[in-house]
Amino acid sequence: MKSAVIVFPGSNREGDVLRALQSAGSRVEKVWHAETELPQGTDLVVLPGGFSYGDYLRCGAIAGRATVMDAVRAHAARGGLVLGICNGFQILCESGLLPGILMRNANLRFICHRQFLKVERNDTAFTRAYAKGQAIDVCVAHGEGNYTADAETLKRLEGEGLVAFRYSDAQGHITQDANRNGSMNSIAGIYSDKLNVLGMMPHPENLIEDLVGGTDGRGLFESLVSSFPRAA
Amino acid sequence: MIRNDVAITPELVKEHGLKPDEYERFVNLIGREPTITELGIVSAMWNEHCSYKSSRIHLRGLPTSAPWVIQGPGENAGVIDIGDGLACIFKMESHNHPSFIEPYQGAATGVGGILRDVFTMGARPIASLNFLRFGEPDHPKTPHLVSGVVAGIGGYGNSFGVPTVGGSVGFDKRYNGNILVNAMAVGLARTDEIFYAKATGVGNPIVYLGSKTGRDGIHGATMASAEFDESSEEKRPTVQVGDPFAEKLLLEACLELMKSGAVIAIQDMGAAGLTSSAVEMGAKGNLGIELDLDKVPCREEGMTAYEMMLSESQERMLMVLKPGMEKEAEAIFHKWGLDFAVIGRTTDTLRFVIKHQGEVKADLPIKELGDEAPVYDRPWVESPRQPAIAAESVTAPVSEAEALLKLVGSPDQCSKRWVWEQYDHLILGNTVQTPGGDAAIVRVEDGLKGLALTTDVTPRYCEADPFEGGKQAVAEAWRNITAVGGLPLAITDNLNFASPERPESMGQFVGCIRGIGEACKALDFPVVSGNVSLYNETNGQGILPTPAIGGVGLLDDVTVNASMAFRREGEAIILIGATRGWLGQSIYLRDVCGREEGAPPPVDLALEKRNGDFVRQLIRSGQVTTVHDVSDGGIALALAEMAMAGQVGAEITAYPEGFPLHAFLFGEDQARYLLAVDEDVAADILYEAGAVGIPAVTLGITGGDSLILPGRQAISLKQLKAAHEAWLPDYMTGKS
Repeated sequence: MKSAVIVFPGSNREGDVLRALQSAGSRVEKVWHAETELPQGTDLVVLPGGFSYGDYLRCGAIAGRATVMDAVRAHAARGGLVLGICNGFQILCESGLLPGILMRNANLRFICHRQFLKVERNDTAFTRAYAKGQAIDVCVAHGEGNYTADAETLKRLEGEGLVAFRYSDAQGHITQDANRNGSMNSIAGIYSDKLNVLGMMPHPENLIEDLVGGTDGRGLFESLVSSFPRAA
Repeated sequence: MIRNDVAITPELVKEHGLKPDEYERFVNLIGREPTITELGIVSAMWNEHCSYKSSRIHLRGLPTSAPWVIQGPGENAGVIDIGDGLACIFKMESHNHPSFIEPYQGAATGVGGILRDVFTMGARPIASLNFLRFGEPDHPKTPHLVSGVVAGIGGYGNSFGVPTVGGSVGFDKRYNGNILVNAMAVGLARTDEIFYAKATGVGNPIVYLGSKTGRDGIHGATMASAEFDESSEEKRPTVQVGDPFAEKLLLEACLELMKSGAVIAIQDMGAAGLTSSAVEMGAKGNLGIELDLDKVPCREEGMTAYEMMLSESQERMLMVLKPGMEKEAEAIFHKWGLDFAVIGRTTDTLRFVIKHQGEVKADLPIKELGDEAPVYDRPWVESPRQPAIAAESVTAPVSEAEALLKLVGSPDQCSKRWVWEQYDHLILGNTVQTPGGDAAIVRVEDGLKGLALTTDVTPRYCEADPFEGGKQAVAEAWRNITAVGGLPLAITDNLNFASPERPESMGQFVGCIRGIGEACKALDFPVVSGNVSLYNETNGQGILPTPAIGGVGLLDDVTVNASMAFRREGEAIILIGATRGWLGQSIYLRDVCGREEGAPPPVDLALEKRNGDFVRQLIRSGQVTTVHDVSDGGIALALAEMAMAGQVGAEITAYPEGFPLHAFLFGEDQARYLLAVDEDVAADILYEAGAVGIPAVTLGITGGDSLILPGRQAISLKQLKAAHEAWLPDYMTGKS
């Protein structure tokens, strides 16, 4: 399996996700934002966390229009897998690959803390290593993670089972307290219609080792790698 | 011949912060009246910040070497060898005044500046810490300053992409008019790929890199400069504006350029910008420097030579490149979208020559700008000795449990979660121990090693007895590193004091330095970098003497470490170190009894070393994983923190006789640690300690959901936690 991690100026968690992918068994190539094509044989495109172009405009607004995003959109249109984490999720929303937008956190501050997520479904390429309804212990680190969409979009996401993760407590209960950034319906991550594009605010890539907090994030990368035959 | 179109009046000299005799010295040095640009240059080089003129003779007494020290003070940052061909590069620096004026940008650029110091030397930053002191909570400015400073530190570090893993936050009325914002950065480089500021070779290109130069940060003296340029725009505030995005690009571009082999010397443009960086590179290399300011990338039109030389615009670097490699270097910088311009060359004249629009604006002897700066042996007086306070003379609380509850929820001792949750402390995936513990632990790359990092000082001790306080600051940092299993290797110091021109505050400075030096020697813990911040006072009211110590230690196996959390029920709680019940200058005396007096606890460095080495060896041999050092608030507060961290209670059943219970619980005797271990192991530890003469006693046992103090005084963990976590968020939302 081969992953392409897109590096925008201002990306800063590209190394973290690269390490997580490699340790799950993926080959990984970094791709500079100014490229017009993805490397031959790319199975998964990852848009990493960070502050692309400084995020002085709306988060992800400039990156969503970067040269390389045409190639990413084409990859997604072919049914290729795309994962956007944190700033990557914001970029996916800005690039039109996912609906909705990430607003400032409800408390208007950047927040970094451990966070449980409820896995809404485990029949996608991203979550097959988890159990449905499982609460996984990962972390968040963002200032603008407050998922917001119009009523119709929300209805469609919920109706079509496109919510990937919700902020929950340790038992997987969806509570107001667990939803610290104020996201609508406690949404932490969503899929595209065809389930091949996932955007999520939390960072599974930082929870892949017991030494640094736990391994609940590994499942996401192992799911992805196991979605492809070993020879590829 | 240098033209001089602005008359240098005594007023102008004064506005540049030069004393008449200092100006006289400068005129004698150059043999003529300076130009306005030259006056600006010398004012920047000879101010306290750049020249260390009041502190230099005292700093000489600090130990700065050890077999593992690669570079001590004098470069952009200190460098120590951590084995495996790797070096740890670190430094701490203050941004106190700017942060008081504009807390967000002041703090943000403080972080940016120190990160730049570290990556200038070829290191990739892997952790950031800070040391913050604010005025009393009731002061109307305090909430705004806390909010702005914390957001600024987070805003810069989070975007740049370095985890902020530790720090210290405290409040005192003595910081009402002068807060402290000290930022520390820690980076890694290969020992054979470290870059220095010393220029070599004549005729080599000097290259300007990074963001463009604007009028921001031109020092306050230029407020008075309207008379020489009445057409200039309105004066920008003297606080710089940070751009973490530009800094991130600058980091990547610099590291890429360094790999290419094109870099001879590099210096970041920090305080005094282009002036200081260029003079330093030339003076260190015994070379002259000639700059053509027409080539400097400017953000604004019509900037004068004076403004360009004094601008403190952020995210800029100066390099000396190997000749012939300009094209390659330029390509790297343009890839990252950053400015790149050859703005001068090295010469063999030992002159610092500034040209602008076909005119020579300055022509100064380069060595003398640094070396001949005035050095003062300022008069100082020893701080009056405080009497030791007998434990018996300190009022007992109505209930020790109530007193403890009050302390865990007090501004200084409460949880600082509200602060560190605004810092990305998890990025890079190497944070083994997160904020809130004795020291942070960060894994070194993918390897087995780890770094233990901390920032410490107890300002009230320093005020009561500068010498003991200075010792204690170093001992505390050493102890915090030890408590997580690290071997303390070196420190960076950030010496925050009031005006050196008042003999009392100069006396505090001298006393603290001596104490720091003594402790560093005794503990094999040399100073490898640092920063002096004087004149921290407002309307004649000085801050508490605050020499913040940033400590770095090494864990050979990062998986073998300790944290403060009680992990299991039924473990024996052991106290290592002797207790005398020292209440002078304690938190108990101050926050429960309302008395700020007495001598602080004395620090016996030999005992510190003996007890600490013993505890570290217990951690390293795998016998102990729960350790907490005993400091502010004594044993009681330490126990509460251990219980809250692990969500496991404890019952204290025994305590040594001979002094009042509150002195035992809240006394701040030094060189002490609390451990929690399996009961079988406990017996071994007590035996081992006894064999080498280290005081060790079992105080009680872990378990339950309360902390039970002697006399069956129980506080539920829920109550403790609620009090501990509530104060800061409530305060920041105006509820407390």
